[in-house]
Amino acid sequence: MDHTSTFEKIVRGVLIALVLVFFLFPIFWIVLMSFQTNETILRIPPSFFFEPTIANYQALITGTLKTAAGNLDIAFMRNLGNSILLSTAAVILSLLLGVPAAYAFARFRFRLGEDIAFTLLSFRFAPPLLVLLPLSLYFKQLGLTNTYFGLVWVYQLICLPLILWIVRGYFEDISPDIEHAYRIAGNSWWKTFRKIAIPLARPGIAAAGLLAFIFAWNNFVFALILASADKQPVTVGALAFVTASGIQYGQIAAAIVLSITPTLALALYAQRYLVEGLSLGAVKG
Amino acid sequence: MAHLELKSIGKSFRNNQVLKDLSLAVETGEILVIFGPSGTGKTVLLRLIAGVEQPSDGSLAIDGFDMSGIPPERRNIGMAFQNFALFPHLSAYENIASPLRARGERQAAIDDRVHGVARLLKIDHVLSHAPRELSNGQKQRTALARALAASPKLLLLDDPLRNVDAKLRFEMRLELPRLLRTAGSTVLYVTQDYKEAMALGDRIAVLENGSFVQVGTPEEIYAQPATLAVARLFGDPTINVAEATISASGLMASIGHEAIELGSSYAGHAGKTVAVGIRPEAVRLSSSGRSIEAEVMAVTPLNERIVLLLKSTGDLEFLASLPAAGINAPAPASKVRAWFDPERVHLFDRETGLRLRPGRAEEQAA
Repeated sequence: MDHTSTFEKIVRGVLIALVLVFFLFPIFWIVLMSFQTNETILRIPPSFFFEPTIANYQALITGTLKTAAGNLDIAFMRNLGNSILLSTAAVILSLLLGVPAAYAFARFRFRLGEDIAFTLLSFRFAPPLLVLLPLSLYFKQLGLTNTYFGLVWVYQLICLPLILWIVRGYFEDISPDIEHAYRIAGNSWWKTFRKIAIPLARPGIAAAGLLAFIFAWNNFVFALILASADKQPVTVGALAFVTASGIQYGQIAAAIVLSITPTLALALYAQRYLVEGLSLGAVKG
Repeated sequence: MAHLELKSIGKSFRNNQVLKDLSLAVETGEILVIFGPSGTGKTVLLRLIAGVEQPSDGSLAIDGFDMSGIPPERRNIGMAFQNFALFPHLSAYENIASPLRARGERQAAIDDRVHGVARLLKIDHVLSHAPRELSNGQKQRTALARALAASPKLLLLDDPLRNVDAKLRFEMRLELPRLLRTAGSTVLYVTQDYKEAMALGDRIAVLENGSFVQVGTPEEIYAQPATLAVARLFGDPTINVAEATISASGLMASIGHEAIELGSSYAGHAGKTVAVGIRPEAVRLSSSGRSIEAEVMAVTPLNERIVLLLKSTGDLEFLASLPAAGINAPAPASKVRAWFDPERVHLFDRETGLRLRPGRAEEQAA
């Protein structure tokens, strides 16, 4: 890479800029839309210059939408709260279950071990609707329909396989000798797991946790079928903006901006853990 | 009482038997070298002793206590791994301190001990570094320091000099014996370098295909190798091996057209075809006794010795290693007379590779 000419640098810069514009433009446009009224949004040709308004955010945060047809209640803030609660709880539960399981799959060979791991992964292959119909029947019988607990449980279908398979790979990359050395030094199995295995797999755990959180956050169909209005996350809640008097583009845009903020913040926060572990040259050089 | 005792230890992984029926007693304070080519199960044996693997057969005892079911953390062992196995997220100091912390020692005592060991191993200036910032030699010393830190009664060293450069290996080979004596622990030292084995071991256990073929002092192993393979593994240049037939008297052996003297009578093996092994150091350029005529094919200086490749008139090729001091090295293509020291001629069974003992047939049977 030492011989990059100025020309190459320019070309690379232009190409990267193109890719970034391609992927980030929709987000940029959404942010612009969130500060406009329906009229300016729907104006043709569209314009970059408009009178910004915070009415959309106001409506979302106060929970009342004033339209030509009258006032309309929107439960967006409650949806956002639901999303945070559901995704966080689902990821925490998945980490509690998945990290020890990943360690077991990485370190111990047991009967049907590979089959169990693969079955867990195969949950990701099946279309969610295939699982949902029978599941909704069972949930009715068990009284789990429209409960946070039921949803968090179902979200394990999304989070658990992801965490299990990613973290397992990280555990497998740790030389067993490092753990052996810690045990021979006089530490119990449990302490070795906490002080050696977990810290060394932390970048993997952070990455898997972040991915699982995003997947859980973006989930739509489980909550659509298994929960009613007061338990629904933002993905389902956004449907409310399609009203009898028209589609509220401004509010949808503002809702999108608000709902990508937590995941974005989390990703930025987790970034340092993701990079940290990559530089730990573990065993011999 | 033996400090460490292996009783018919065996280990299999699925259908692959790695260790077979190993029995051995190691005395307190002894340095025992486990020597063998790679893939003979040396590391597996150390793992069994450390308790991170369980033996498939047999048992082992430390200080007379049976170790079955005793986890590694309760065996009072120090171990240095071939790949160092340092904790990458802890500093060199914390790496070395880990066995002391596990015992719940006070910070002042830990400080004292870590700095003491580090000074001994000359790594006290890099204690604050993370393992990735250490050179290979420093990593190796840190791993060794960690093993020594808690003054374990039993020290397992798995080829600790394998991954360091030749110069450092030589230095450490000189320093280690003193270091290990100071530690006062019983030491099991695994290596596949015969010079290391000879330099460090009170005794050497030669492991081959999962069994001990010989356990003895370095001198015994060198002078009386139990098998042809052991004879080949120890010594540089390697031992000369040829096929020979023992005479009716048992006092002579004929190799092709040549005949050589044997140190004692092998009457019990008269007429038998055997493998004869003569170390290059046991060959002299002398016309005394039963010497054979040979032509010098090549001359190579090797440190303080000169190695000659000789070819007898009877077409027997062999190496001779002579002290360089005080002799005039013969020129290539010149003729010399070579004499084999009869006391240092070894005979081995051609099939089993086992060393043959002198004596009559009846004595052999007994």
